[in-house]
Amino acid sequence: MRQTRSIFAFAMLTVFVFVMIVLNTVTGSVQIPLADIVELLVGRGSDATAYSIVWQIRLPRACAAAVLGGALALSGYLLQTFFHNPIAGPFVLGISSGAKLTVALLLVLVADNAVNVSSVAMIASAFAGAMLAMGVVLIMARVVDKMSMLIVGGVMIGYICSAVTDIIVTFADDSDIVNLHNWSKGSFSGITWENVTVMSVTVFVTAAVIFLFSKPISAYQLGETYAQNMGVNLKLLRMLLVLLSSVLAACITAFAGPVSFVGIAVPHLVKRLFGTTKPLLMIPACFLGGSAFCLFCDLLARTAFAPTEMSISTVTAVFGAPIVIIILLRKQRA
Amino acid sequence: MADYYVSTKNLSVGYHKKTVLEHLTFGVNRGEILTLIGPNGAGKSTVLKSLAKQLKPIAGTVYIDGKDLTGFGREALSKTLAVVFTQRLRTELMTCRDVVSAGRYPYTGRFGILGAADRQKVEEAMALVRIMPFADEDFTKISDGQRQRVLLARAICQEPDIILLDEPTSHLDMKHKVEFLSLLQRMAREKRLSVIMSLHELDLAGKVSDKIMCVGTHCVERFGTPREVFEEDYIKALFGVKTGSFDEASCGMELEAPKGEPKVFVLAGAASGQETFRELQRKGVAFATGILYENDMDFPVAKALAAAYVGTAATQHIGRDRFEQAKALAQKCEYAICCRDCFAPWEPENRELYDLLMHKPPYSK
Repeated sequence: MRQTRSIFAFAMLTVFVFVMIVLNTVTGSVQIPLADIVELLVGRGSDATAYSIVWQIRLPRACAAAVLGGALALSGYLLQTFFHNPIAGPFVLGISSGAKLTVALLLVLVADNAVNVSSVAMIASAFAGAMLAMGVVLIMARVVDKMSMLIVGGVMIGYICSAVTDIIVTFADDSDIVNLHNWSKGSFSGITWENVTVMSVTVFVTAAVIFLFSKPISAYQLGETYAQNMGVNLKLLRMLLVLLSSVLAACITAFAGPVSFVGIAVPHLVKRLFGTTKPLLMIPACFLGGSAFCLFCDLLARTAFAPTEMSISTVTAVFGAPIVIIILLRKQRA
Repeated sequence: MADYYVSTKNLSVGYHKKTVLEHLTFGVNRGEILTLIGPNGAGKSTVLKSLAKQLKPIAGTVYIDGKDLTGFGREALSKTLAVVFTQRLRTELMTCRDVVSAGRYPYTGRFGILGAADRQKVEEAMALVRIMPFADEDFTKISDGQRQRVLLARAICQEPDIILLDEPTSHLDMKHKVEFLSLLQRMAREKRLSVIMSLHELDLAGKVSDKIMCVGTHCVERFGTPREVFEEDYIKALFGVKTGSFDEASCGMELEAPKGEPKVFVLAGAASGQETFRELQRKGVAFATGILYENDMDFPVAKALAAAYVGTAATQHIGRDRFEQAKALAQKCEYAICCRDCFAPWEPENRELYDLLMHKPPYSK
């Protein structure tokens, strides 16, 4: 029973991701039929404008949405497991905001010309920020027993980071602000193939490592006492969970800015879809689910009020926030 | 202690270098149940955590099968020792079968996928603790009693030689307490498990345990069989009971005795008086009673609640002395209650007392 359900769910998610990638490449201010795209990609097309639209703008953007969306959902899943709390996520715990702060610092202070900051440097600085915020959250977790208080603390860290970011923006040069402003709203636009390569390598390697640890993560779901009794190396696992989820959150923030709600909403939806929380299934499933969700949201962000583009967080919030409310209501009942 | 399967030598346990209990030396064999009793906060859980290697001992050594616990690797230990602790499980979308299956962790491969043999073990464990009827229900939706059994099944799945349980019966009702402990007893015998647990129910501890360890405020006060441990007046001292009393023989607790001079004389015996004693205690009326044989069920209750009583050894005649004593007590009291009106041939003194009391005004509410 469960097996068929899982296979069905995986098939559904994969098809959905694929359809979304196709839709994302086809639609836009210029509609390019699917047949033309296929011709362009195999090298038989002749339309240079269409080629550059598809190859240089839409495809890398769709790939980025897929990779980063997956990373975001996976990061949320890990944090929820770690904190035993269904509404933990990189955005809620202030990790995204921490990453945003350091990226802003990098863009404004270090680089003279923000456009030329390499994607590796972006990831590195975002990672530093994410770890910083995560570190504060962990220190709080030690002192504060109640997980709900921890979330409040995380939100506060987020606000503090945002405030500092705003101060930096206030005193930055105009030319830097434009980039920073666009970036900090959260968007998948302006992604190059170089960016896609860097993020893919980072995200896929991280995801693979996480997948290898699905067994201890499954034991961790029963709580630390039982995990330890079953022979899990708790210290190592805790450190890994924190590090890996921070890497993922940092990667997303570096390229797309802070994207809200995907990390909470997607794991929740995927768990219901599969009817289980087993990490072995959830790790790939959350990734696929996050990809599909972000592709869908990015499509809406681009097309809903075209030619004006919305920020990705606007769309993810519209769909994600109600889901969070549903989770909270359900918890109340349980 | 070296012959025991699990034993400790001069073990001191505590948190953050702060010692909670010192100089623990105890042992338990395979197939035996060792129960830790003692007041709240004495450190029973701390001992259990230290035995599970979840807390570093401050000093001393734990031996399992003659080997030092610190020499056990994570995996080896997980195959030797399983726990049922008080940490609440906050599972999500996990059935009882999933929770039980988690116990197979040390035996599965890299990705923790259960093989046919593992699944067989899971089913066996579930059948053993009789949780098959709700095996596929969500773990969060079952009752406390069922949950404890699921956790026990999980521990059994680990195929341990030792199971540690921290207050496993605390939230269970009477029926489930008895069921759970019977199960544990059977398990210990059949699987030759060493069971070490903490219990708050002294009566049950006295019945289920092969060994009892009394954990006082700083050290272990006593370690031995229930017979050795439940000595008169000891439990009251262990828990620092100031009001009320505990009868070690019956493991019965009584509330505080009413204060003052006795107002009522109760003629009891042959288990006829206990309820009357308690009724008077509830009203706060001091009373005297007699003449009770020491093996009478009324005796421990009278001892705990009566302001004065006359008792006699089980193997002796009552004799005139005791009768005069009882008579004097009865005459001091204003009222009388006779709990019975027929007497055995070997207690003519009680019949005489009865006739005497018939002339006193009966106590009424």
